[in-house]
Amino acid sequence: MIFDPGVLALLSGSFLVVATLLYASWYGIRILRRWDLCSGSQLQLSLERRTYLIATIMAYALGFQLLSLFLFISTADRLSSLLAGAMCAAGALNANKWGYPALILKIVNFMAAGVWLIINATDNSAYDYPLIKKKYMLLVPITALICVEAAFQTMYFLRLKPDIITSCCGALFSAASSGAVRVAVLPRKPVAASFYFCMALTLTTGLFSYTKGKGAYLFSLSSSVLFGVSILALINYISPYFYELPTHHCPFCILHGEYNFVGYPIYLALLTGGTTGLGIGAISPFSGVKSLQQTIPKFRKELILICLSSWLALFAISAWGILFSNLRMD
Amino acid sequence: MSRIERQRNIIDFTLSSLLRRKRKTIALILVYVLIVFTLGSVLLFTQAMKKEASLILAGAPEMVVQRMTAGRQSLFPVGYIDKIRAIKGVGAARGRLWGYYFDPRTRSNFTFLVPKVFEAKPSEIVVGRGIARSLDTSEDDLLYFRAFDGTRTALRIRGVFDHRSELVASDLILIGERDFRRLFGVPEGYSTDAVLEVKNSKELGIIAFKITQVLPDTRPIRRDLILGTYEAVFNWRGGMALVVLSGAVLAFVILAWDKATGLSAEERREIGILKAIGWDTSDVLLMKFWESAAISITSFFAGILLAYAHVFLASAPLFAAVLKGWSVLYPKFRPAPFIDFYDVAVLFFITVVPYAAATLVPSWRAATLDPDEVMR
Repeated sequence: MIFDPGVLALLSGSFLVVATLLYASWYGIRILRRWDLCSGSQLQLSLERRTYLIATIMAYALGFQLLSLFLFISTADRLSSLLAGAMCAAGALNANKWGYPALILKIVNFMAAGVWLIINATDNSAYDYPLIKKKYMLLVPITALICVEAAFQTMYFLRLKPDIITSCCGALFSAASSGAVRVAVLPRKPVAASFYFCMALTLTTGLFSYTKGKGAYLFSLSSSVLFGVSILALINYISPYFYELPTHHCPFCILHGEYNFVGYPIYLALLTGGTTGLGIGAISPFSGVKSLQQTIPKFRKELILICLSSWLALFAISAWGILFSNLRMD
Repeated sequence: MSRIERQRNIIDFTLSSLLRRKRKTIALILVYVLIVFTLGSVLLFTQAMKKEASLILAGAPEMVVQRMTAGRQSLFPVGYIDKIRAIKGVGAARGRLWGYYFDPRTRSNFTFLVPKVFEAKPSEIVVGRGIARSLDTSEDDLLYFRAFDGTRTALRIRGVFDHRSELVASDLILIGERDFRRLFGVPEGYSTDAVLEVKNSKELGIIAFKITQVLPDTRPIRRDLILGTYEAVFNWRGGMALVVLSGAVLAFVILAWDKATGLSAEERREIGILKAIGWDTSDVLLMKFWESAAISITSFFAGILLAYAHVFLASAPLFAAVLKGWSVLYPKFRPAPFIDFYDVAVLFFITVVPYAAATLVPSWRAATLDPDEVMR
């Protein structure tokens, strides 16, 4: 294992989050089993109070997931100098089989926590907790996923075998042949075309849904597809323009200072757009519930606005990068 | 707008309520600042050391080749260098003469090095600041050394390095080739080791392999691997210091937990009144959130500023001995001011996140107090 301050920070942070989430799930399960809104018992009162705690824990966990996602990438970036053959986070994460799964789980868990908070906010806007069982049912798999993520992350750092000399006089030799990571490299033009198509579709359906209050599912679906396509487009189409190098496809190097940290706004927009888009789909089935009939359309409008502005921001940054790049590809 | 207005009002209330409980708040902030300061100093200093090492090694040769005899480094025959030059892809290659000299007066080791181009006259040397300081000498003074055969050799100091190279050149003495061979008895036709440049740095690994094929009794050492080792060593030292200090973090977390749990009668009454006049549980939670945010932000930035001053203005007097881990001749080392956002993020993770986790449940407990129970 590599004994690095960043690694220690990530591991200790993850364990803290796992501990608080297990605590939250324990009460989540109790709420699932004992919840009875008609009862005025002491137990019911204490459970109602617990809902505040669980919501707060989830909000903190969401913030933590976002920070830890970026810290994880930066730490992998730092460690790459210790790993033979790795030049940046892409290579460092590939150093063993736990790296990429941990990263993907971090993204998934961020989105899951975000969707949970959206459902929670919807539920809290009604007087009779209409979604309580559903949202606490969802809490259990989210906790499990975050536990798995913490385990993967721990395995990743524990199994990291740096190929280095331990002292200047030590023998040094490394068959440095662990090839650079082969990201799913797809042909550029189709990816670019589908990126623009999905972006246009999402923006249109979003505007339609915002003004007419209909077509939320279609918007949610196209936003989710756009999320995936954007990641592919970032690798195969957009990032080379930022690097001004047609062969450089790394999704992590745009987070570096050399490229003005442009990756941070890109990923923030991507994650916000993806999460709110999913959230819209998640709350729409409940617009028929009596106590939510008033609030869901209003809340959904706000979410659509956030979602649309995120995608627009992503589009603007990418377009800016492509138009003002010194790289021209045809 | 009303949403922002609401947050503003709650922040306003929180801050004034924190000011009302000055003593408790200040006590907590002091401990918090101390924790951030300590951990921040460790992180900033490790980072500065890594930076310094990489700046220094940037000028180091890409590869050093040593000759090994029975597992120990031995003198490098000059004839080997031609064989290395013959390998495709090798740029310039030359032998290097350097060695250590134990000085009984200061009980420390000096490093003698013959530079590629040395413009001084015979019997002249250039010394590092550490040597000049510890021997209390300056330019034009004579220094006496005991040669390998016991004879006394006098060398005149031609110059002293400036402070910029303090970390590596503190114990360094530059000397001419002839004087070096006389002092250490290294015969003609031998050097200490060889350094070489490689035309394409991607071929470093292959060239190192070829050298071991052509000259099986040698050992090539690559610069990038040395750099990686430095990085690992300093990271390890920093990590080690953090683990040692984790006890302090734990104590701080317990303190924060205790402070957040042990609400005074006044605070309980305050929350009771707030709830009685219509504040919701989530409003009180929000207030508690802003409370810990205000304390965390204040302490975090104060701690980082202090750590910055400690490391870069005062040269980290508290931790230097632990983290530098170098010989006794390096007393004065002032790292170049440099702050990395990554370190700030790591510091945030190991101080603010535990604090937030520790105050979460107590805040909720306070927010769900029953007004009638509290005010009774």
